[in-house]
Amino acid sequence: MNQPIVSIERLCVEFDGEHVLEDVTLDFHAGEFIALLGPNGSGKTTLVRTILGLQQIDHGKVSLFGIPVRRFKDWQRFALVPQRLPGASSIPVSVWETVMSGNIRPRNRWRPFSRSEKQAATAALTAVDLLNRRHDRLDTLSGGQQRRVLVARSLATNADVLVMDEPTAGLDSANVASLIALLDSIKADGKTIIIVTHELDDIEHLVTRAIVLGASKHHSVGFDGPPPVPNAFAHDHHHHHDAIIDQAPPVVGMQP
Amino acid sequence: MISFLEYDFMQRALIAAALVGLIAPLIGVFLVQRRLALLGDGMGHVALMGVGLAFLLGTAPVPTAMVTAALGAFLIEFIRNRSRTAGDVALALLFYGGIAGGVLFASLAPGKASSSLNSYLFGSLSTVATGDIWALVVLALLVLVVLAIFGRELFAVSLDPDIAQVQGIRVRVMSTLMAVLAAIVVVVGMRVVGLLLVSAIMIVPVAAAQQLTRSFRSTAVIAVIIGLVACIAGLAGSFYIEVPPGPAIVILALACFAVLALIAVPIRQRRKELA
Repeated sequence: MNQPIVSIERLCVEFDGEHVLEDVTLDFHAGEFIALLGPNGSGKTTLVRTILGLQQIDHGKVSLFGIPVRRFKDWQRFALVPQRLPGASSIPVSVWETVMSGNIRPRNRWRPFSRSEKQAATAALTAVDLLNRRHDRLDTLSGGQQRRVLVARSLATNADVLVMDEPTAGLDSANVASLIALLDSIKADGKTIIIVTHELDDIEHLVTRAIVLGASKHHSVGFDGPPPVPNAFAHDHHHHHDAIIDQAPPVVGMQP
Repeated sequence: MISFLEYDFMQRALIAAALVGLIAPLIGVFLVQRRLALLGDGMGHVALMGVGLAFLLGTAPVPTAMVTAALGAFLIEFIRNRSRTAGDVALALLFYGGIAGGVLFASLAPGKASSSLNSYLFGSLSTVATGDIWALVVLALLVLVVLAIFGRELFAVSLDPDIAQVQGIRVRVMSTLMAVLAAIVVVVGMRVVGLLLVSAIMIVPVAAAQQLTRSFRSTAVIAVIIGLVACIAGLAGSFYIEVPPGPAIVILALACFAVLALIAVPIRQRRKELA
């Protein structure tokens, strides 16, 4: 009954002949709060992209709820929280439209948004304390507020698993504090959280499991266990806040 | 009764102008959002090749241009998916090929085809044939129906293709759909606005609208209003001052942009103070 949410077996991923992930075997379970750590190029972003079906697998297996990722259809169980939305700065997009966009799915195409979807969006914006800004342009909000809107977007989808890309990167301490309070309440709701991050500092008390990548050429996973991370696995802190999307090669879509 | 409407050809031109004023900004919002404002421009160049081919082969220009532009849309999407950087140059090659091929084919065609090419480049009041009108109405309706069904998914893909894919949306299909819709707009607009300027009616009303708006939806609505006003007023104006309609329509749209950009300064300031 205790089926893992994500099951990774002997995963290898290469870019242009370079091995980014080698021999990764991990199971993620419901309710875990996982931090994926490692320096730039350690493959933590690639691992998350592979789990979400955005990255081709060279060797090994990734299954979501027991189904191989390639055949997985139940994507509403997952929500990706990016650092920013490129399409919300080139043209006006309101906070409300941003949050509702999480509910856009192929199977909903024949109907308008439902009342319950709108109620969930209202509740999510209330949870991040930005309901009063719902009619504003997303890019007129502060960086921390925008990050909270993107978290609200994932909450409004009722996904079980939230995947976050450096949610605290580039925020001042007040905004980090309010985001951490938000993560705490999401965790208390029983959601599974996977965070890609450079440093554990601010969120260490929430994290139930830290996974350090980039250990060796033949075996990517170094440390895997509850924090604190032993010094032997800690790495130099590079403060490059690359987004999942900026860093990766083009896999889908028609970005210029 | 407004005097220019007494002419049949003006009635047809007016219908064609209203159709392009309606659908072009609706596609333009997505192009601007994806930072692909120049895609429509290139599509116009590719469609010109279709017009040249039609002259050469003696086929009807609208269907021939539609087929060429649609094939161009698929080719553009294919190139863009293959590579981001090399894709840029490959697209440029395709666009140059389109305009050079179009003029070359038209020049090789018998009769005075090459002189009427001008009307396809900058639009013309008198060239919308009775048979064309029905084709344009059907194409415009097709765009509206497709947007009604797939508009939200196109929006999600424009926000962020990766996230859209995680939501189960078929990103490549939607991107190709977007390119084909842009091709349709180019063909609907080519008779009245002209192939060199038709993409301006996709982009300029959107650029004007977003000076004032705070949401995607309101940007689309206001851009359509600006597009309709510019197309209809520009067409009427070109009848009276005897210039090609394309430039008249685009200059009017640009004037809307200038006015809204000026109005927007104090309004933004005020919003900032209130926020």
